[in-house]
Amino acid sequence: MNFAFTEDQVMIRDAARAFLGEQVTSTHVRRVMAEAEGYDRALWAEVVALGWTGLIAGEEAGGSGLGFVELAILCEEMGRVLYPSPFEATVVLAANLLSALGETQHLAALAAGDVTATLAGPNAQGQVTFVADGGGYSLTGSLRHVPDGARADLLLVAAEGTDGRTALFAVPGETPGLTRRALPTMDQTRRLAEIEMAGLRLPAGALVSADAGAALTLALDRAAAMMAAFAVGAAERCLEMTVDYTKGRVQFGRPVASFQAVKHQCADMALAVETARSAAYWAACVADETGPNGDLSALARAASGAKSWCSRAYFDCAATAIQLHGGVGFTWEYDVHLYFKNARAIEQVLGDPAFHRERVARLIGLDDTAEAAQ
Amino acid sequence: MKLAFSPEDEAFRAEVAAWMRENLTGSFAPLKFRGGPGDEHAFFEERRAWERHLGAAGWTGVGWPASVGGRGAPLSHQVIFFEEYARAGGPGRVGHIGEGLAGPTIIAFGTEEQKKRFLPPILSGDELWCQGYSEPNAGSDLANVRTKARLVGDKWVIEGQKVWTSLAHVADWCFVIARTEEGSSGHRGLSYLLVPMHQKGITVRPIQQMTGTSEFNEVFFDGAETAAENIVGKPGEGWKVAMGTLAFERGASTLGQQMAFKNQLGEVIAIAKANGRARDPAIRQRLADAWIGLEVMRANALRMLAGADKPELSREAYVSKLYWATWHRDLGKLAMDVLGPEAEIAEGGPGTYELTPLQQLFLFTRSDTIYAGTNEIQRNIIAERALGMPREQRA
Repeated sequence: MNFAFTEDQVMIRDAARAFLGEQVTSTHVRRVMAEAEGYDRALWAEVVALGWTGLIAGEEAGGSGLGFVELAILCEEMGRVLYPSPFEATVVLAANLLSALGETQHLAALAAGDVTATLAGPNAQGQVTFVADGGGYSLTGSLRHVPDGARADLLLVAAEGTDGRTALFAVPGETPGLTRRALPTMDQTRRLAEIEMAGLRLPAGALVSADAGAALTLALDRAAAMMAAFAVGAAERCLEMTVDYTKGRVQFGRPVASFQAVKHQCADMALAVETARSAAYWAACVADETGPNGDLSALARAASGAKSWCSRAYFDCAATAIQLHGGVGFTWEYDVHLYFKNARAIEQVLGDPAFHRERVARLIGLDDTAEAAQ
Repeated sequence: MKLAFSPEDEAFRAEVAAWMRENLTGSFAPLKFRGGPGDEHAFFEERRAWERHLGAAGWTGVGWPASVGGRGAPLSHQVIFFEEYARAGGPGRVGHIGEGLAGPTIIAFGTEEQKKRFLPPILSGDELWCQGYSEPNAGSDLANVRTKARLVGDKWVIEGQKVWTSLAHVADWCFVIARTEEGSSGHRGLSYLLVPMHQKGITVRPIQQMTGTSEFNEVFFDGAETAAENIVGKPGEGWKVAMGTLAFERGASTLGQQMAFKNQLGEVIAIAKANGRARDPAIRQRLADAWIGLEVMRANALRMLAGADKPELSREAYVSKLYWATWHRDLGKLAMDVLGPEAEIAEGGPGTYELTPLQQLFLFTRSDTIYAGTNEIQRNIIAERALGMPREQRA
């Protein structure tokens, strides 16, 4: 037990902060988010070259085999700058799932940066079913709110079979018959899409796993922990912007940061950020220390706990940031609105806080009343 | 970064758990889960015997260096000890002010003679301590201390009043901040004195709290005396030493507090399941949020301890008091809401005022956000020291 970063982890954080701080400026975010594609390909190539897409992939898939604490560090740093990129869909969702399944072929392509990917499954609204069809499969259904669904090169589609099991298919984005519609979003730093399949024919080789249910649960819990870390970085940036702004803004002959009404709200933001950081690192450690044969309920509690805690903290911080910026916080010019919109989006990703609290309620045995009485 | 404990740590955990199981029995059995904050009046003499029992077995001063008679346990073992002690229902320690505050201060700032004189009886449980900081006009504004001490021959003679002094009615010694420089003000001119409680110059008057019970006291010093050598640090250095004492409040025992809270939350959850409130969606959300918040508290404490060797206080340490106090206060209200109308019914018969443990929790936790730095003071400290915002203008 040592709940602090190792020297290597500190190096990863410092390097990520320096790189992203230099590259992903407010100007960059604003330019990219207004474009149709939604990310900068040249910068993405640099991210690939840094090895970030292969961070959690094992060496057999050309990755560096690091863990979820390291991935959480990257997510936190990306949250600080709201890096608009395929990272969440490609690495936090797809590579994470492939890794949980022990798959290496697609994982290697993701790690090498040859393709971007996403998951179209329980992380989106809707359902896809499949039946065996000749030597291959036929998929039918629609999913809404698929992250990067319209731009990813490869979609990992989770579909339910007639036996009730969930299978996973690798579906190239350009597969004929696959309908992908980009959805306009309030938070322009993230891309969502609707996808539809009506009897989409896939060859036998498209099947990644015939029974991916357990791996999906594991991977989605780990992903929730990573998004909690993303929220921490973004929430902390909201606090920093607010402290800086209020120190510089003078009213009644003194910086507004000297008023207790302002200071106490900043202190509450600091409380939210620090407890959220503790929550996110807790979940990242459990994600790291819990493999497919580990105590999955402990991971579920930590992941749901951290996701609900951190995304609420992020929203609260973003909301307070707008309030304490006063009028300019309401403008397009200042960055606060970017975080505010993103905070709301992050609350919803992989289940909102109320969903995760209800899940924790079940996991800590609130429904075991009958047993307890016996 | 790693949360999992090593096999060697787990073996130590088993050792502590086994010792608690074997020893918290017989005449000590009724002490289980008793004597914590809000319940300090319960089984006092028995808990004093328990303190001696702990000391004899080497379970006091677990985090103290071996050179002064402590166990010298590494951080992971300290965490485990405090967690397992609380998990087993280990009673509120009557020696906690000596072990957690007076002792560490003497270890850090005291002379060799003071260490020899004062540390062994803390470890054995033979001498209990109380803290003489707050005064009627020095609460949040602690530097406004007015209690005076002057050196007369080979003795300090003390005049003044302290308030909110836990355990003063049973303590053998008190560490007192007193003004030793005539005409000084603020944090200058203060000294840190060790004062025997059993003398005619000291009067202790219990304060009856909203719980009906009395944990806290007023202490009057009317020509009270202590030997000239019973000063920690030099005359006039009292503020520095006192601030050092406050820093010791952030030790591994925080994890024991977290575990005690876990026991309380467990009781609230058990009631919710038994009376059906666990099916109420609003209550479910609050119970889950409380559970998550408590795990976050543990993670925050472990982070704080992992960084405790750094000279500057970390942000997670700055927010710690505000966080646990507010969480605990909210638990008190949640307990009442889970009980519903039944929350109103106390124990005892007509004409008595005996609260249930959860009623005590509800009422006593109102003090959590006031003592040891109110929530408002905590927010000032976070804003000014952790965030670097401008200091409050002072009169």
